[in-house]
Amino acid sequence: MKHIDRRSFLKVSAAGAGAVLIGLYVQPKAAAQGRGGPPAPTPDPHTYIKIAADGTVTIVAKNPEVGQGIKTMLPMLIAEELDADWKSVKIEQADFDDTKYPGQIAGGSTATPTNWLPMRQAGAAGRAMLITAAAQTWSAQESECSTASGRVYHKASNRSLGYGELAAKMAALPMPDLKTLKLKDPADYKIIGVSQTQRELPNIVTGKPIFGIDVVVPGMLYAVFEKCGVFGGKVVSSNIDEIKKLLGVKNAFVVTRPDITDTVIPGDPGLENGIAIVAETWWHAQSARKKLQVNWDEGPRANGSSVVFAQRAQELNKQAPQRNIRRDGDPDAAMSGAAKIVEAAYSYPFIAHAPLEPQNCTAHFKNGKCEIWTNSQIPGSGRRLAAQALGIPESDVTLHMVRGGGGFGRRLTNDYMVEAAYISKEAGVPVKLLWSREDDMAHDYYRPGGFQFLKAGLDSSGKIVAWHNHFISYGDGDRFVSAGAMGPTEFPQRFIPNYHLQASVQPLGIRTGSLRAPSSNAFGFVIQSFIDELAHAAGKDPVEFRLALLDSAVGPAVGVDDRGRPGLSAARMKGVVQLVAEKSGWGKRTLPKGTAMGVAFHYSHLGYFAEVAEVAVDAANKVKINKIWVAADVGSQIINPSAAENIIQGGIIDGLSELMDQEITVEKGRVVETNYHQHKMVRLTQAPPEIEVHYLKTDNTPTGLGEPAMPPVLPAVANAIFTATGKRVRSLPIAKSEYKFSWA
Amino acid sequence: MAYKLNVNGQSLTADAPPDMPLLWVLRDVLNLRGTKYGCGIGQCAACTVQLNGKAARSCQTPVSAVGNQAVTTIEGLSVDGTHPVQIAWTEIDVPQCGYCQAGQMMAAAALLTKKPNPSDSDIDSAMNGNLCRCGTYLRIRKAIHKAAALSTNASAKAPQQASLTPAAK
Repeated sequence: MKHIDRRSFLKVSAAGAGAVLIGLYVQPKAAAQGRGGPPAPTPDPHTYIKIAADGTVTIVAKNPEVGQGIKTMLPMLIAEELDADWKSVKIEQADFDDTKYPGQIAGGSTATPTNWLPMRQAGAAGRAMLITAAAQTWSAQESECSTASGRVYHKASNRSLGYGELAAKMAALPMPDLKTLKLKDPADYKIIGVSQTQRELPNIVTGKPIFGIDVVVPGMLYAVFEKCGVFGGKVVSSNIDEIKKLLGVKNAFVVTRPDITDTVIPGDPGLENGIAIVAETWWHAQSARKKLQVNWDEGPRANGSSVVFAQRAQELNKQAPQRNIRRDGDPDAAMSGAAKIVEAAYSYPFIAHAPLEPQNCTAHFKNGKCEIWTNSQIPGSGRRLAAQALGIPESDVTLHMVRGGGGFGRRLTNDYMVEAAYISKEAGVPVKLLWSREDDMAHDYYRPGGFQFLKAGLDSSGKIVAWHNHFISYGDGDRFVSAGAMGPTEFPQRFIPNYHLQASVQPLGIRTGSLRAPSSNAFGFVIQSFIDELAHAAGKDPVEFRLALLDSAVGPAVGVDDRGRPGLSAARMKGVVQLVAEKSGWGKRTLPKGTAMGVAFHYSHLGYFAEVAEVAVDAANKVKINKIWVAADVGSQIINPSAAENIIQGGIIDGLSELMDQEITVEKGRVVETNYHQHKMVRLTQAPPEIEVHYLKTDNTPTGLGEPAMPPVLPAVANAIFTATGKRVRSLPIAKSEYKFSWA
Repeated sequence: MAYKLNVNGQSLTADAPPDMPLLWVLRDVLNLRGTKYGCGIGQCAACTVQLNGKAARSCQTPVSAVGNQAVTTIEGLSVDGTHPVQIAWTEIDVPQCGYCQAGQMMAAAALLTKKPNPSDSDIDSAMNGNLCRCGTYLRIRKAIHKAAALSTNASAKAPQQASLTPAAK
């Protein structure tokens, strides 16, 4: 993730008809400091605010919207400082334009921390200019003017002017210096911190065609793209000539690409081999495809197997680890001097993103240029890959950003965008490419599975004195597959004096990538489960044991992670652990036999989350989640409480799906599961009836919560299952251990 | 083949192969794109429409099997977005991405027609087939209760204001 510096430029320009445009450009830090990286683009003005003469305020939402609520949230920040009337503010989705809008990405829960200041500054600059315009009109002092709900007031003379009346004058004013802008005292917020229903609701509840899959372009045809189940597989021969004659089929062709020989598949490899079928409707294309017969050259990746991966991991664990990731203190000596040793082997599977809207993209290649409608979470890298595949400059690719039906990280890769662009060019017509659910399951960038062999030493007082983890992942040499790495600052590093993290890898021939809370979604489960084992081995209460661990920081109280970002603050994490214990009545409630509570915490994406699960397990191993308590510290403000609660509850339910029964199995180099009946998600009756969310507001910049809410729920439930049954869950999904989520 | 369909109270003709699912006829032939494709095998219910007022998976319904049944899609749930389910979904701020919600709302509206005051277990059996990948289930349940309360209140006061019967039927 790029770091955004606070060196900012603010520009204004007239936009005709009394409208004024206010743009704020935040220069990427690396470029601003001349430390290499791409050169800083010219800070052209780009529009965030448009004020029409009739007073209508339109705010541009710059980021991709995939259900995280950003299209409502970013404009809230601007409107608050602008003192606009939120109910009448219009919101406009930006196209992709990296010269105007830095950071058009939905990933890493980064939008809140990176936009919190600049979006408010854009609004505040607009408000300052409107005050200047009014003061000039009235020959009054700016300090005597105030604003509220789209009007400037001069109370001394009982005069006021609407923003629309001031727009033309405002357009002629110079930009205020960002340093002189005074941002509101949060106590005065009217929009931020107040639940605002998402602005797309009227369109969603009436079924308006607002999603990527709904895009229609005049003259458009529909496309499917058949790829080999094995990554990189090539077409040797096919019955494509017969396919071309089928009902509704307009075109069909083979796509052949250069081999990717790298042993580690690139994160977003671009256009792949396959056969495109273009037809008058998607059903015609898909029906024709069912008659397609292809003889594939599956290439060197046709031997991968989940069974073999697991066997190989056991073998690797018997050998010396391939390399050290981190070594603090003297782990070997501390381990041999420990009063008690605890060892456990954990594993977790590959899983798919499977957002409900299957991958799709509409593209129109014409006269050497390409126009694309996409729900990508990272449209910029899609544009680069599309331009490469089309053999045209990036500047000749126009991207329109359309709402995505879920993302979860799947749309951080752009294979479907590149395919649509290429098929449009080859077919010579605008096309909408739509993947079937089976395509999506077979060609995901899966959350990598993995294995962790843990060993810890406790001293006679029950304190952890040594920690060893042999982390077994996928990759080659010192390279991990995409999203398959563990960094040297993974918790509980810095809290245990003798810490040793070692890694080994085995080759993998399938694509992997970031799934909501990448790495944390698996590591949180392993580490917080193992810490729970240690608490029980030490005879300590799991909450008290965790608080004591957080008190044992070796070195600074706030860490720095391996990528230079802020690391875990022990004080903030203790705060949420204490809060969730208090709210859940931890240790104070008497529960029936077979019912128990479990606790876990995890720090990721700058967010602090501690969660408690109350779980009942019956004699048939049916697991019922009675309730989840969440305590979160994501800084000083919850910008949109309704959306925040929704996404936290959704994150919890997503985590429960991963815990319960999700697993992607690899056989003969390809994925076995084909659809939702095999890769299951939690249904309404399996969702906990209550997910109670509490915030600990601290004096820190607000940060995101799309991802960090999720990781702790897996170990919280697994730890509760242990307390209820005495059986420890060490391998996911729990369905493998004969557990089932019961239906209400 | 040309099929005459009764969709949202209108008589429409669709030229489609007999095995083409109603989902694709609605989306790609009749240009009613509010009904969504999620799995194509009846597992997610994003494609839920109503046939004669009952929830049905349009991805599992060949156009040739529709006949003269009244098809109601999200676009026809009300003329102006004021079906109690639509009002409740808005007030509770149910959706995240919103992709599954047309199917959720069509299933919820069918449930409320049958059971104007559904219990939690009625909701469980009517709604368990509808997946929400974003996990908005708690709000979906709350919104169904809210819609039930809205329509009960409305029919006591002004039955013409909020009716459970799709307006376009």
